[in-house]
Amino acid sequence: MEALLLRASSYAADVDGVIHLITLLAGFWFIVAEVVLFYFIFKFRKKNNEKAQYITGEKKEEMKWIHWPHNLIIVCDIVLVFFAIKAWYHIKQELPDPDFTVKITGQQWAWRMQHPGPDKQLDTADDIELVDELRVVVGKTYHYKLESLDVMHSFSVPVFRLKQDAIPGRTITGWFKPTRTGAFDIQCAEMCGIGHGIMGARIIIETEEEHQKWMESLSGNSVAQAL
Amino acid sequence: MSSAEHHHEQSIWEKYIFSVDHKVIGMQYMFTGIAMALIGGFFVYVFRMQLAFPGMSVPGFGTVNPMEYNSLVTNHGSIMIFWVAMPVLIAAFGNFLIPLMIGCDDMVFPRLNRLSYQIFLVSAIILIISFFVQGGGFGGAWTSYPPLSAKSEYNLTPWGASLWLLAVALEFVAFLIGGINFITTLMNSRAPGMKMYDIPIVCWMIVIASILFMASVGPLIAGAVMLGFDQVYSIGFFDPGKGGDPVLWQHLFWFFGHPEVYVVLLPAMGIVAEVITTFARKKLFAYKTVLFTAAATGVLSFFVWAHHQFVSGIDPRMANVFTVTTLMISVPIAEMLFVYIATLYGGSIRFTTAMLFALAFLAEFLIGGVTGIYLGASGSDIFFHDTYFVLAHFHYTFVPIAIIATFAGLYYWFPKMSGRLMNETLGKIHFWMTIIPFNFIFIPLFILGASGQHRRIYNYQNFPDLAVPELQNLRVVATVALIFMILGQIPFFYNFIVSWKKGEKADANPWKAATLEWAAPSPPPHGNFAELPNCYRGPYEYSVPGRDLDYWPQNVK
Repeated sequence: MEALLLRASSYAADVDGVIHLITLLAGFWFIVAEVVLFYFIFKFRKKNNEKAQYITGEKKEEMKWIHWPHNLIIVCDIVLVFFAIKAWYHIKQELPDPDFTVKITGQQWAWRMQHPGPDKQLDTADDIELVDELRVVVGKTYHYKLESLDVMHSFSVPVFRLKQDAIPGRTITGWFKPTRTGAFDIQCAEMCGIGHGIMGARIIIETEEEHQKWMESLSGNSVAQAL
Repeated sequence: MSSAEHHHEQSIWEKYIFSVDHKVIGMQYMFTGIAMALIGGFFVYVFRMQLAFPGMSVPGFGTVNPMEYNSLVTNHGSIMIFWVAMPVLIAAFGNFLIPLMIGCDDMVFPRLNRLSYQIFLVSAIILIISFFVQGGGFGGAWTSYPPLSAKSEYNLTPWGASLWLLAVALEFVAFLIGGINFITTLMNSRAPGMKMYDIPIVCWMIVIASILFMASVGPLIAGAVMLGFDQVYSIGFFDPGKGGDPVLWQHLFWFFGHPEVYVVLLPAMGIVAEVITTFARKKLFAYKTVLFTAAATGVLSFFVWAHHQFVSGIDPRMANVFTVTTLMISVPIAEMLFVYIATLYGGSIRFTTAMLFALAFLAEFLIGGVTGIYLGASGSDIFFHDTYFVLAHFHYTFVPIAIIATFAGLYYWFPKMSGRLMNETLGKIHFWMTIIPFNFIFIPLFILGASGQHRRIYNYQNFPDLAVPELQNLRVVATVALIFMILGQIPFFYNFIVSWKKGEKADANPWKAATLEWAAPSPPPHGNFAELPNCYRGPYEYSVPGRDLDYWPQNVK
């Protein structure tokens, strides 16, 4: 997965781990099934006047060919369920203590990102609000408070392996912890109307010094707007 | 149906337009479904051209604006599911096959059957009208999530959204009526001697699918009425500002939407069972297992719906339950596929066009099944949800179901429908020109999805990480392959039309198959059988030891 898409959050590797595990287990069954299918197709093609065999498939020694794979698939499923839920629990159910909290509001068709200002507290006078740009510090744990003003949107950061729908009338809290610096896409991943195709944003992950500099470069008063 | 009615001369009007004959109604569904498939196919051609060559003037359409793009993807999905897969797989094959295969003269409720088609036709016409009204066709995705679908100031298609909803609701009514008919007919009109386990699998599958549909569609019809009230009267069932809940719609929709997958899958599995047993000259491996796994799949399919909603804001604990149920459903489906593969063991396989399509169904559907696991597992779905990976996954299920299995069925029963044979050479050209491009369309889309490309975007140039040339090249590959696949359908239409009129005459049982429909003349007259058959054995008695012929028809003592 890393070859296709960088990982930039603490839990991206967990999601990719589940993906790799599924590729391994399901891939095994897929290859077995396809090989057997094509082998049978080749082996049992019509030859001269040889008659086909009469097999009901209802006898015990015949059914074992179905029952054994069946039982093994159940075992594979249990393994998969365990690791899928483990990753899910870590990403969506746990909520580690945050260093910072940001508020992300989707609306047709832009993202409003409310960052804590120099006082590091959200919903204070020095908050910094940006449109379609989220600035976070690498290595810090963030909580996001996700809202929508109109229709369903979905806050998706592929390099984080994170996705969460925004629902009008609700505030959904989640978390992430960026692990590498850079600028990456944020997408709206839920059909939200005519402008859905332009509802992108960028996430800029920077070091603490860069982040400080950026905050200082903004004069406190001009951007201080609590919502 | 009195026998006197069989003999009086019918006008063309009576015979083809207002017919109550199950075969004619089946054909009406078939041809309407194929006509809608052409529209759905045209839509995908237009929006794939836009994706590969953003901003170009698409030949036959012109430039695509975002509004049109949304409407094209929405209606492509709606058409292919509701107006192609369902009418062709359930209504067309169900109507044509069930009475013939269980050895009776018609459906139990022939006039209800006619009404079902008429409502369906009206729903199709309303959908087509919705493309041309003020504001254009609905563009809020085939899942139609409110509040986007509920308020015209959000979706900007005041007429399109309501007409789309009305069309879908009418289509449901049509299939409810049709389903009642299938179930009643299968239970009450079987040939004397045909016991439960003597019923051909395809009839079982269509009836199980009808039961699933009837049991799942109720909540969605209620939801559709609520959404209609929201659209027209701003009642606010789904409006949080008025105390409603937009997520409620998702539950109602997917409570129907996931069983719906199996509603179309099971008939396709049934068709494939008939084709592979005939052309492998084999008894179906473990008939009862197939039947029970189908029933188990059907029951389980009612408990998996929220895997479409893992990241939709439902309580995250719920995802754990639905991960378990979703992975459970992989067990009966895998078992069914194993049984089909096992059926080939020891066979004497004849590679007719119908058989090639049936085998391709197994090979391709496996990909669709396996990739579903990535989405059913909550941990990985966080990333894959609403990406092209999902899109490629369900096309690897729906194309084998609605296209590949349908072709298997069409090539197989064409002699019964028309009394003539299709050209096998053209059929094989059509087969390869369908299967090869199909894979070249969707394998690139898996890669795009895994690279983070999300769905329903009219131009990826707006997303820097997705605008890179490597990904754009994959989009072009998919689009070019799509054009090849569309061109590959020309030999089929030519073959179908010419063979229907001038093909080689077929006798009643050209494939030497054992089920009852082959005991009727080709094409069967009104009333089907000269003399209603008796049934003496199961449907797949091929290559029975000690018999000269390698098939033992159900109606032969």
